[in-house]
Amino acid sequence: MKYSYYPGCSLECNAAAYDVSVKAVADLLGIKLVELEDWNCCGATEYFSQDELTACSVIARNLALVEPELNQLVAPCAACYLNLKKVDHLMGKFPQLGSQVNEALAAGGLSYRPGRVTVRHMLDVIVDDLGETAVRDKVSRPLAGLRFAPYYGCQVVRPLDNGDSPEYPTKMDRLLSWLGAEVVDYPVKAHCCGGHMTQISEPQAFELIRRLLQSAAEYEADMIVCMCPMCQLNLDGYQARVNKHFNTNFRLPIMYFTQILGLAFGIEPKKLGFGKELVAAMPVVKAKLNGAMASSG
Amino acid sequence: MSGKTTLKKGTFIERVIASTPGGERLVHCIQCGTCGGSCPSGADMDHTPRAIINMIRAGEREQVLSSNMLWACVSCYFCTSRCPQEIPITDIIYTCKRFSIAEKAYKETDAVALAQTFTGYVDKYGRSFEFGLATGYHLLNRPLKMMAMGPMGMAMFSRGRMALTPSKIKNIGQLQAIIKKARQIGAQQHAGR
Repeated sequence: MKYSYYPGCSLECNAAAYDVSVKAVADLLGIKLVELEDWNCCGATEYFSQDELTACSVIARNLALVEPELNQLVAPCAACYLNLKKVDHLMGKFPQLGSQVNEALAAGGLSYRPGRVTVRHMLDVIVDDLGETAVRDKVSRPLAGLRFAPYYGCQVVRPLDNGDSPEYPTKMDRLLSWLGAEVVDYPVKAHCCGGHMTQISEPQAFELIRRLLQSAAEYEADMIVCMCPMCQLNLDGYQARVNKHFNTNFRLPIMYFTQILGLAFGIEPKKLGFGKELVAAMPVVKAKLNGAMASSG
Repeated sequence: MSGKTTLKKGTFIERVIASTPGGERLVHCIQCGTCGGSCPSGADMDHTPRAIINMIRAGEREQVLSSNMLWACVSCYFCTSRCPQEIPITDIIYTCKRFSIAEKAYKETDAVALAQTFTGYVDKYGRSFEFGLATGYHLLNRPLKMMAMGPMGMAMFSRGRMALTPSKIKNIGQLQAIIKKARQIGAQQHAGR
């Protein structure tokens, strides 16, 4: 299985733990990821707020750069995933927009035919293309004893179909259960983390973050497992400030699903980027997994 | 439903619809309020998404484009996903944001400065630059907030989660040519309307 890989800007540094764990897990599962040569930023939500055609054209450059022999592009970040998928979708559904984007691409010697590339999220590749048996076969360190709150966020499950429910997705729930872990069924798993609102209006952002932390804590999760660098940054990076703001005492590690997958596959935590999170995960992992973690960091 | 609704060219609603892929669904709003009830930011908005849709239909251009609702939207797409009339509400909000910026109608929000700083990095380097965003943008807009960010910034930095220099794509010339052309097409289209 070979895919073009679009890491996105966050995975270069802030979410490097996601990048290393995606690669480590893919390697073990026999998924070949070929990084898209000279990819550019997807513009997040910021380009669409200013100029739609430029937003689409900036994004479409990436689609146009996908090597001819590859037809699937994997993005681990929810914002990148939606932007790439949305532009492919819009260009196909609205031919006038499609031809304008191609006119812009032509100025850079590129072109893109909508539908040529299928944009995928890493979770979908693992759950849909590989599936339960392939994942279970690799589990060498079952995670029995750990309680995970799977957190989907918004832009992978909405508004475009990824084969899961936009209201109450279950793909990550299933994946985590294959690892032997307990999965917490809590009501806000596809609610918003606040996105870029931490940069604009802290009170608004902090309230959205609090709702997620509180629900996961009420359901006695040991940690929240996420699939987007923005979600991770908001819930982990801002957790101390949210606690201060509301006078709360949440201490929930926020980990990428690929880190947890790698942990169950027996990969050394350090090689999965454990330790880069602000709310440390290893204490609870060690406490809950007892002997299984005795040999590693 | 009987065929196409004809809207007078140049009216606010016609402009919103013409600038939003799939925007023609807007006229089918039944004011059920599912969007407002689904919105995680509703409490922070002066007008709910439902109200904004109706204000667009009523031609209340200034009130819509100066509403804080546009900038409180977090792009969670719950409204779009749940709308029984399949109106691309989130995308309509994006269109209104663009109009609001173009007409400088927005009030008291840092969202516009953030968006402009962000895409400034994309235009220049082809990549976003978190440290630049965290410093340049905050220095200009929220110097006090930047002090409060200190401990978090240090924690991120000490874990290697913050780069001090931006990375740059190789073929930045190609990206810039594409951006320039896209803006040209956009400007022509705007002039032709």
